[in-house]
Amino acid sequence: MSDNASLRTPSQRIAWTATIVISTLVFIFLIAPILAIMPLSVSSGSYLTYPLPGLSLRWYDDFINSPRWMNSLKNSMIIGVASTLLSMVLGTLAALGLAQWKSRFKPLALAFVLSPVVVPGVITAVGLYFFFAPIGLTGSYLGLILAHTALATPFVVITVGATLQSFDTNLARAAASLGASPLQAFRRVILPLILPGVASGALFAFATSFDEVVIVLFMAGPEQRTLPREMFSGIRENISPTITAAAVILTTVSVILLATLEGLRRRNERLKGSSA
Amino acid sequence: MTATSLTGANALTEVPLKRRLRRAERTRQVKALALVLPLLVFLLFTFAGPIAGMLWRAIDDREVRQALPQTVAALASWDGKDLPDEKAYAALASDILAARASGTIAIAAKRLNYALNGFRTILTSTARNLKAVPEPGTARETLGKINPAWRERTTWTTIKDAGGPVTGFYLLAALDLTRNVDGAIVAAPPDQAIYRDVFGRTFLISLGVTVLCLLLGFPVAYLLATLPPGRSNLLMIFVLLPFWTSLLVRTCAWIVLLQSKGVVNDSLHWLGIIDEPLRLIYNRFGVCVAMTHVLLPFMILPLYSSMKAISPAYMRAAASLGAPPLTAFLRIYLPQTLPGIGAGGLLVFILALGYYITPALVGGAADQMISYFIALYTTETANWGLASALGAVLLLATILLALVYGKLVQGQQVTGGMKN
Repeated sequence: MSDNASLRTPSQRIAWTATIVISTLVFIFLIAPILAIMPLSVSSGSYLTYPLPGLSLRWYDDFINSPRWMNSLKNSMIIGVASTLLSMVLGTLAALGLAQWKSRFKPLALAFVLSPVVVPGVITAVGLYFFFAPIGLTGSYLGLILAHTALATPFVVITVGATLQSFDTNLARAAASLGASPLQAFRRVILPLILPGVASGALFAFATSFDEVVIVLFMAGPEQRTLPREMFSGIRENISPTITAAAVILTTVSVILLATLEGLRRRNERLKGSSA
Repeated sequence: MTATSLTGANALTEVPLKRRLRRAERTRQVKALALVLPLLVFLLFTFAGPIAGMLWRAIDDREVRQALPQTVAALASWDGKDLPDEKAYAALASDILAARASGTIAIAAKRLNYALNGFRTILTSTARNLKAVPEPGTARETLGKINPAWRERTTWTTIKDAGGPVTGFYLLAALDLTRNVDGAIVAAPPDQAIYRDVFGRTFLISLGVTVLCLLLGFPVAYLLATLPPGRSNLLMIFVLLPFWTSLLVRTCAWIVLLQSKGVVNDSLHWLGIIDEPLRLIYNRFGVCVAMTHVLLPFMILPLYSSMKAISPAYMRAAASLGAPPLTAFLRIYLPQTLPGIGAGGLLVFILALGYYITPALVGGAADQMISYFIALYTTETANWGLASALGAVLLLATILLALVYGKLVQGQQVTGGMKN
């Protein structure tokens, strides 16, 4: 507003208009593909082209009645939930420890803990493929859950770590001085305060596992195929509109995750605002 | 209060207190470490260990050693200048018979074939035609008669080079290099020298995508950072929704949009701009568009953070001091966004380098990046040494860039440039 008001010269106005126009085009570029794929899922035709010949729910029907697709949805849920829980525990503990740990090795440890996000998926996948095959962890749920936990935990460490930065350590000391055992202090004082961080970390973790496909490509047997893995085959082999139904389901999950995260963020800001 | 100012009775209690405090602090540190330890151990098993294993495979070379142990031992003292002596031939004959019986000959043949095309045939034909251990002193003649390749020095240097236990063969191959018959490092034959090209292509695509992301992301980040919070939060959904949408959904969406009967071609046709559908997908164009779409939020978000931290007062000060808007932007605003540009650019570039899924689905054969070849050699052709060597090169590039990124982001935190 204040910036808009200060746009007095014509050249500034032109630059601002150009920014708006370019940004609008970029927003269209970002959103249009996702919007374009949605209506195709309710098409009555078998081709992924517009205009739609008519409307029908046949592709959703196809999805629900296909053991392959339903099994993949179930697998995505099992692996996603299990690796989220595991990464919540490991990541929260590690973030608590890292916040207190004073050592010259700390930056190194932090870099190590966060490195699964940066290392290319194929490298992690190939390494795991070689490593897990001899011990029977390829083609198993456990192997995939462990691998996805490794990829997802950094996000929990980051989000919980960020909450801990604004966390007043005197509160934990106060709890201890009032006679709380360490476990009590954690459960009654620390945990409620860092819970938003844990929750948003969990959402990131779930989204990471739910969207992961490279490791699944290498490690999953036919029984463990996840929804993105099934979509990968679908896109490779023949693009049937059932894929668009799957895409709508995946996007719905993403929107729910994003909305929950946004809700958490707003709640957090409100709490911070009221305490200030 | 300093320690020296404590006197008399206080000095007696000072030492134990100090020690107690130190002990308490040490306990705290041990507890802290104990909390981090489970994750460190977990990652050692599920991440660092597997990657170390992969790196080991890039130099591990024990297949020939295991299949032809006596030959490798006999060749250890061979200077490689002339054909090896009768002893080496006898060792090879006896090794081949043993390896044929145990079934390990195929493994050795596969490994030797990587180094010398046609070696598989040499070894299998010899194994097939060698009936029994040759009479003492006749091994060289017998083997030479079965396959004349045994009278050539290259055949023997190949075995010696592949004798392990460790080798630079795969790492050299990943850089289009090889060792010639005299052991010198030379360029690999043209039919095998494809990886520099692949690395170059990976680099170029990543760079192109990074530049595209910067060009598209900068105005958006500027708009979001300048608008009042209410409106910018609303517009932020346009950035966050794609960010959270599945990679597969987005890739699939681009296929729908860009295919020959897709939305883009139909619209262009309807507008009368084109008569024939353009080829927009399964080529370099499609790869760059889809990758830019996927990686753009990774550019916008760091840029937005760094721009948000720039106080509008600087621009006002520049204007009040008489700087024209463009000068103020170039001299005052842009330099302050450089850390954000660096962080976003590096992040996008690092992520792009390792891309696999998007090029695999929307690229043609000539658009596959390095990850594709790593995957191919792992699952399809089972040339694990080469897959690991290519992985090692990619990993090295990623780590180096990540270190630069770490320094950059750390520097920003010190100067307060980036809040997230």
